Amino acid sequence: MSVTSDRLQTIVSNVKKASILKALERGVRLDNRKPDEYRPLSITLGYAKKADGSALVKLGDTMVLAGTKLEMDEPFPDTPNQGNLMVNVELLPLAYETFEPGPPDENAIELARVVDRSLRDSKAVDLSKLVIIPGKKVWSLWVDVYVLDFAGNVMDASTIAAVAAIYNTKLPKVEVNGEEVKVLTERTDVTPLAYPVVTLTAAKVGNFVVIDPNLEEESIADAKLSISYTPDMRIVGIQKSLGGAMKLEEIPQIEEVTRKAANRLFSELKNTFGIA
Amino acid sequence: MLAAQQRPRLIDERGLRTDGRRPDELRPIRIELGVLKNADGSAIFEMGNTKVIAAVYGPKEMHPRHMALPDRTVLRVRYHMTPFSTDERKNPAPSRREIELSKVIREALESAILTELFPRATIDVFMEVLQADAGTRLVSLMAASMALADAGIPMRDLIAGVAVGKADGVLVLDLNEAEDMWGEADMPIAMMPSLNKVVLFQLNGTMTPEELRQALELAKKGIAEIYQLEKKAIKEKFVEVS
Repeated sequence: MSVTSDRLQTIVSNVKKASILKALERGVRLDNRKPDEYRPLSITLGYAKKADGSALVKLGDTMVLAGTKLEMDEPFPDTPNQGNLMVNVELLPLAYETFEPGPPDENAIELARVVDRSLRDSKAVDLSKLVIIPGKKVWSLWVDVYVLDFAGNVMDASTIAAVAAIYNTKLPKVEVNGEEVKVLTERTDVTPLAYPVVTLTAAKVGNFVVIDPNLEEESIADAKLSISYTPDMRIVGIQKSLGGAMKLEEIPQIEEVTRKAANRLFSELKNTFGIA
Repeated sequence: MLAAQQRPRLIDERGLRTDGRRPDELRPIRIELGVLKNADGSAIFEMGNTKVIAAVYGPKEMHPRHMALPDRTVLRVRYHMTPFSTDERKNPAPSRREIELSKVIREALESAILTELFPRATIDVFMEVLQADAGTRLVSLMAASMALADAGIPMRDLIAGVAVGKADGVLVLDLNEAEDMWGEADMPIAMMPSLNKVVLFQLNGTMTPEELRQALELAKKGIAEIYQLEKKAIKEKFVEVS
């Protein structure tokens, strides 16, 4: 059952809300960004050494750690020539004052499913590379995204962390003898990531649209729109969230803004972090 | 059943779909209000072979009290599929998909219901999918919207929604099960039509930005048709009562 809750909302005073809106009227944000400006991004690949691949992502004050694990499995009967991909997101109690331990709630599940769909529908993860013996043995790629600091736009940070951790994953060498598979300690150069995907979130705050909302902006936003892209600018997933509405005509306008930001983000991933 | 088959052709040489519809044609719709005795409002909404029953209880006092909100009503919303609604039995325990859809449906209802009129109270909205044949989240949301109207709960507008998909490269209105399973995209969208406001919007699969714009136009047309049928269903109920 989904229940209205203010657990994810910081208490933003009316005074603060008014000053956020007042600043947006002048085309600036309280953290000095322009409406279409992303926060500084940093990615540390291989941060968790026991993971098969990992990435620590900081987006402004938001911090997310993603780690992957490969497990040998059987393929699903309807996809004998594909490995398996599993995405999970945890909103840790250390990430925010009101978060409690326990199984993933609806917010964590929604995040995981949006990341999963973006990776799957885009074919950014080449599941055929995870096959060891067709129809018999494949790798299951577990992607666990752990939110460490909840400071706005965890959605985009989760997709970046998942993509970077998968990029950082190198498949182990294996020896196949008939149906016997021996996994060696050495790694190949093969990563299951075919190309990156990004998710770009825009928030509607009053009559204004801002990209990459921080926590204060998120908590006074009417609605958010998260749009995922491939490097060739195909749209590979959309999710509207929060309990407000937006005009139909606003959707193409927002999409134009997120697409431009997606282009800039792909350049940054490629030029600064080598992820392409 | 379908999973074992090869991918069928979704658009034939005449440009028609697997169920004989044109690309911009909706499935038949049937709406019935006040189907349950105990609920404050209820409705059955059918769209083709998809069938959902929805019930509303409230507004009523919120328990436990500490969960109540001082400035608005708490909505408690459950989207659930009956185990016999699908080809293969669905485990009745709530899946991750049902948890996500309960959330997006609740958020859509939050923007339609005047929740500020009933602070500290709660409204329960329950939806059971009886037959699943594509479009269950939207049919559930519309069933809930009709049940809320049946319960007399103040809303900004009714909610009408439809999915636009891509089948064999053609944009199609109101996906059927084959198009949902084998098509290239599924874009459910729901609106408060008189206010021109979008309350639910998702896409899975892939579209170009240009296709997205065409899909929104196609959806708008379908939503306008459905909205007329919803208003008609409410008027018919009033005629019966008076």
